[in-house]
Amino acid sequence: MNPMNDKSEVKTKRKKPPKAEANRWVLRLYVAGQSPKALTAFANLKKICEEQLEGQYSIEVIDLLINPQLGNEDQILALPTLVRKLPVPVRKIIGDLSDTERVLVGLDLFHVD
Amino acid sequence: MRKSEHPLLNISLKKSPTGIQGFDEITAGGLPAGRPTLVCGSAGCGKTLFGIEFLVRGATLYNEPGVFMSFEETNDELIMNVASLGFDLEDLIKHKKIALDHVHIERSEIEETGEYDLEGLFIRLGYAIDSIGAKRVVLDTIESLFAGLPNQLILRAELRRLFHWLKEKGVTAIITGERGEETLTRQGLEEYVSDCVIMLDHRVTEQTSTRRLRVVKYRGSLHGTNEYPFLIDETGFSVLPVTSLGLEHKVSNERISSGITELDKMLEGKGYYRGSTVLVSGTAGVGKTSMAAHFAEAACKRGERVLYFCFEESPSQLMRNMRSIGINLEPWVHKGLLQFQATRPTFYGLEMHLAVTHKAVNAFKPEIVIMDPINTFILGDTENEVKSMLMRIVDFLKGNQITALFTSLTSSESALESSDVGISSLIDTWLLLRDIELNGERNRGMYVLKSRGMANSNQIREFILTDTGVKLREVYVGAGGVLTGSARIAQEAYENAGLLRRKQDIERKRREMERKRKVMEARVAALHAEFKSQESEALKNLEAEQEIIRLQKGNEIEMAASRKSVAEKRKTKKHTKP
Repeated sequence: MNPMNDKSEVKTKRKKPPKAEANRWVLRLYVAGQSPKALTAFANLKKICEEQLEGQYSIEVIDLLINPQLGNEDQILALPTLVRKLPVPVRKIIGDLSDTERVLVGLDLFHVD
Repeated sequence: MRKSEHPLLNISLKKSPTGIQGFDEITAGGLPAGRPTLVCGSAGCGKTLFGIEFLVRGATLYNEPGVFMSFEETNDELIMNVASLGFDLEDLIKHKKIALDHVHIERSEIEETGEYDLEGLFIRLGYAIDSIGAKRVVLDTIESLFAGLPNQLILRAELRRLFHWLKEKGVTAIITGERGEETLTRQGLEEYVSDCVIMLDHRVTEQTSTRRLRVVKYRGSLHGTNEYPFLIDETGFSVLPVTSLGLEHKVSNERISSGITELDKMLEGKGYYRGSTVLVSGTAGVGKTSMAAHFAEAACKRGERVLYFCFEESPSQLMRNMRSIGINLEPWVHKGLLQFQATRPTFYGLEMHLAVTHKAVNAFKPEIVIMDPINTFILGDTENEVKSMLMRIVDFLKGNQITALFTSLTSSESALESSDVGISSLIDTWLLLRDIELNGERNRGMYVLKSRGMANSNQIREFILTDTGVKLREVYVGAGGVLTGSARIAQEAYENAGLLRRKQDIERKRREMERKRKVMEARVAALHAEFKSQESEALKNLEAEQEIIRLQKGNEIEMAASRKSVAEKRKTKKHTKP
């Protein structure tokens, strides 16, 4: 583990991978306030990402109650909605993300399992 | 003030005018204010347009901004599509009168993972409403959500919440929905929107399409229950209510000439009433168009404007044909008093014809409208529809005090008194032209079948087309029936001959008498002459006799003288004797 870690750190230093890695998966979670569904969704997302995409992702949470105009860009109807902005193609996952398997399918991560 | 004391009354009667021509009439004011209305219909029947016009009119006429949330068309498409109807959405958007929001859902991009709701839609709609202070909302068509979102249970629950939410917001909303197989909408939206349901229909009969609108349901309000034809043209939507038009036309006592002196004479010598509806019906080739042309020419001569709808001939053909009977319409066209509108009846549906009529009349503002012929409409549509369309045209024209002349072709099989389109009850003056076939020829007869409000002649006249126009002659009605044409001429000749003969007879008799008198006189003269000659003869004889007598007398005296002595002797003797 450690050598691997070292190796990756070396790599990181050379190619500035931390940023690149963190930008590989750009996820956006749309919620409406601190509703139970929103909280569940965020917790589930965090868990999945930590497990599957450690260090390679960034999550942006958008509260439409505060910024309602931001919902138009991603055509948000259902809440909560998770949008995979990167890597392309854009994928949308609606619901509280409690069905992990389907989230992985939605994010195209299923093969990792 | 009183209304606010009765909030229930207030709510139940409050309406939001759509500004759609005719629609507010049949719903007595428009859509229920502050409530959602379902507009359903099959594809291409005008649901989106209905919604757009509701918003545009609201924004421009009633100062009520509106939000259009489209689930199908993008904003750019929408702006382009309605620009052809004269709606400048971009301008309205700029002035914050209208907000467009295109909601795009792609099922392939969506993965469902657990519990969710449509709060995003609510927020979006709420944001759009608040951003312009909208009073009106159109959701077109929300059923697309069913295709995009897999979980119907959630969706239905959310829709119920959405309509409730719209009511709470106090916006007047239109929700459009595709027509379903057995239900009003494919997804049964009528279950959620129960205040007002409007059904649009687009039927094609005999290759001609007719659009219709029906108010299926309108809670707390009276509304027209019929199917009303409507049309979509470059000025937008217009519903044409039949029954909501009252029979409240102003009437005129003014009379206008039919253009045919003899016909005017049959109508109290004055012609038609202004603003009345005249029907000229008859079989093919009896001169219906000629009568119409006469009427048009007479009107133009008075300086009135005439709008002539021809459905069978092109204007130039009609003008050429009319020149052959001495009616020259061309100068009036150039003067701008006469305008032709030539279209094939099958070119578009009835409602479109109606619209074209309305528009042409409104634009040209004629005193006289001629439609020639009206029954060609039947080709594409059923009698009932044609009748209702004509009724609306008649109502419209009467309402504008326009005198209308329709011609109608009667097929030779059907009764002459039946006009194909069954509009006789709408007609004020009905002139019937008919063929009279007799002795191997076909002649035209004309009579006034009815003429409301005037004492009209009951005579059948022979209708003759001459190169100086239409002439009406009295037909020969005798023991042998009605005679026209050469039979009439023959009959007249026969009668003339009889008369002549009698005259000659009298003359002859007179001559005979004269002759007789002359003979008599001659005889008298002859007798006279004979008598005279005899008389003179007789006189001569008499004279001769007298001469003889005289001569004899002379002789006697002589003899006496000679015998005197003797006598004296004798006398003396005698004398002496006694």
